[in-house]
Amino acid sequence: MNGFTHFIKTCDRLPGAGIHETFRMKRFFLLSMLLAIAGVAAAQRDTALFKRIVPDSGRLHMNMDAVYNRPFIQAGKLPATLGGYVEANSAYFSENGVSEGLSFQLPRLTLFVASTIRRRIKFLSEIELEEGGREINIEFASVDVELDPLLNLRGGIIMNPIGAFNQNHDGPKWEFISRPMAATTIIPATWSTVGFGVFGKYAQDNWVWAYEAYLSNGFDDKIINNNQNRTWMPAAKANAERFEESFNGAPLVTAKGAVRHRRFGEIGVSWMGGAYNKYREDGIDLDQKRRVDFLALDYNNRLAKWNTAITGEWVWAFIDVPPTYTQQYGRRQQGGFIDLVQPVIQQAMLGWNQASVNIALRGEYADYNVGRFTETGGNIYDQVTAIVPGISFRPSGQTVLRANYRYEWHRDLLGNPAKKIAGFQFGISTYF
Amino acid sequence: MSKKYIRAAGAILLLMVAMIACQKMLPRAPAEDRLLDGPVAELSTEQHLQFLRGDVAFNDEVFVAETGLGPLFVATSCGSCHAGDGKGHPFTTLTRFGQPDTLSNRFLQRGGPQLQHRALPGFLPEQLPAGATFSRFMPPANTGLGFLDAVPDAELLKYADPDDADGDGISGRPNWIPLPGYGSLRPDAIQRNGRYIGRFGKKAAVYDLLQQTANAYNQDMGITSAYEPHDTYSGHAIDPEISTSKLLDVVFYLKTLKAPLPRNAENPEVKAGRQLFLELRCSSCHVPELKTGYSPVAALSYKVFYPYTDLLLHDMGPGLNDGYTEGTALPEEWRTPPLWGLGLSMNAQGGKYFLMHDGRAGSIREAIRMHGGEAQQSSSRFQQLPEQEQQQLIRFLESL
Repeated sequence: MNGFTHFIKTCDRLPGAGIHETFRMKRFFLLSMLLAIAGVAAAQRDTALFKRIVPDSGRLHMNMDAVYNRPFIQAGKLPATLGGYVEANSAYFSENGVSEGLSFQLPRLTLFVASTIRRRIKFLSEIELEEGGREINIEFASVDVELDPLLNLRGGIIMNPIGAFNQNHDGPKWEFISRPMAATTIIPATWSTVGFGVFGKYAQDNWVWAYEAYLSNGFDDKIINNNQNRTWMPAAKANAERFEESFNGAPLVTAKGAVRHRRFGEIGVSWMGGAYNKYREDGIDLDQKRRVDFLALDYNNRLAKWNTAITGEWVWAFIDVPPTYTQQYGRRQQGGFIDLVQPVIQQAMLGWNQASVNIALRGEYADYNVGRFTETGGNIYDQVTAIVPGISFRPSGQTVLRANYRYEWHRDLLGNPAKKIAGFQFGISTYF
Repeated sequence: MSKKYIRAAGAILLLMVAMIACQKMLPRAPAEDRLLDGPVAELSTEQHLQFLRGDVAFNDEVFVAETGLGPLFVATSCGSCHAGDGKGHPFTTLTRFGQPDTLSNRFLQRGGPQLQHRALPGFLPEQLPAGATFSRFMPPANTGLGFLDAVPDAELLKYADPDDADGDGISGRPNWIPLPGYGSLRPDAIQRNGRYIGRFGKKAAVYDLLQQTANAYNQDMGITSAYEPHDTYSGHAIDPEISTSKLLDVVFYLKTLKAPLPRNAENPEVKAGRQLFLELRCSSCHVPELKTGYSPVAALSYKVFYPYTDLLLHDMGPGLNDGYTEGTALPEEWRTPPLWGLGLSMNAQGGKYFLMHDGRAGSIREAIRMHGGEAQQSSSRFQQLPEQEQQQLIRFLESL
């Protein structure tokens, strides 16, 4: 046994070794990707070695295609294609007249690696560095095996197809700097876990039908035991062990059906559910199975006449919270968003041939506690409403400079007068 | 001047207009007199920093199982019961049980004096023991507590008249309580038979803000501290789940929250209401003006302030007798609650009033009607007033 192998095996025997191993693997993978991208960048000097693969814009794409539908770069005979995107923002917000001043953020740098291993066998991955590298997440890393266009197997770290944003969230695709609240805090996008499943598509004339179904590791009890003082689905993302083992042994089931018409757009219906609590340990029953379920509707279209893009999503969440726990943690949640994006100028500008200027408007809402107080019968609030007008400039489809004005109304659990938060955001997001 | 400079000046002008416009698009701060939170004036930088630390611990820190919550509890954070530092809501009322008279609480071994009616998953919350009398307590507003804390005992005793020697029908007496085994006495504290004057809590059974805070962490959230080390579930003394420094930051925060500012004080209706308040002798118990003595916090020392309380116990009649009490208070006796901030209560109670000790009154008018015992005469006189004058009195109370 050589020294390195011995070191690895020793680490494996240490408590928490799995987590360390995961982190070490992430760093190794990340470093490899950065080196590869650096190599590709160097290869750009020799155009014979470098090939940019742009998404096919003629086909009818669906949200489920988002992981494929990205620009990649292939260098020479390198068996993998590479890509990614980066976002950088600045923001100035004020809460009830009090501002913390101007701040700058690099919310995420995301790297993609894709490879066709054999004919109809593909590997895709997405690694995200969030908040300047404070968090490193493998958001997606799966092997797809196409048995038939209607039957593909997928295994690995999957992005559960609940709603649309969870699968189709690349920053450069959006005119808004903040991600939609309901799609990131009720559905905790990006929500990905380890699992297996099937998906397929069928296209005929102007129609495409698609389905996806997966079994994966699920949520944990942090969703009702967290420092947000509300049922908070993103709390489950803090549990990195979900990539190694299920919290409770009960699979999370996710299923989605979607249909797109070339003119009428795409509509999707999805459901995700499973037990979130540890109801049994060492063969001892601790509690009844307590479920968390999500039902989501999503829609997107581009109106042919005005070229207006419409994107929307609504989600309902149902959580079986023990009746003796506090009502602070909601038994039901709901929320959604609608985005309207209107190109107003599309022409060559500043030397970019396919530049455009767009105006945009988002309306969004999240109710983190749908219900009534046991003590009074009065409504439980804990709601946020926001409106976000914006303007964007796209030198090309893959890069966006965007400016948003965001106004939020936060009502606390009791429904006291809303706390008002508003501010300006400016940012850039681009594939590379 | 060249066109270049004109364009540059135009751009700068445009930018300035845009910046002004941007400021207009940001939410404005509510008027200071509409807010209950915020520090007292004249704190030093060091004191402001401690105030901010306490603010975060009080309003932002949420306890979970891993940080010591419960396993039995009433609320998950301080801020849950005092939204915006205001009064509570029936969702967070406390239930106290087990002491029907001035002798002792007979249910201390069965979970008394406070019911923890919520529990972490896997645990069963407390149930009221059979035979235990109880009372529900609405969490009070936190504002101005440091001023109340700094009133000398002798100042409070000036308003006491336990035997109604002046024959005005208003007695008023302190709740003489034993001190907890921690903390320190006020300067010039007055002792009687080894007991001291309590001034916080519905029954004035709490000596100072340290006791109040340590108790609340322990009894409301199940958080042990160096001061209250016993876990409410197991009864065992366990390691502190909150550091002493953090708890003291919270005490300082509570001590240095500003006093509520009156609104519309010069409005004729409000002024007329104030006159009626005095004429109806509501002010016999709801004493408008008090004065602090020495305080280690200079901003609180020797200040005149307007809380509308005497911090003493008064007999409020059989209608408000829940059969439960604390310390040497009789079950029908309640400490006069401060009226300052009353008009802002709805902003913390979800747009409705939940007044009196347990929130049973849905309006100021209803609360006045519920006054009995020593306050019966004032309440009756209010109800005999013409509607217009009743409204004036209510407008005055809303202005506090």
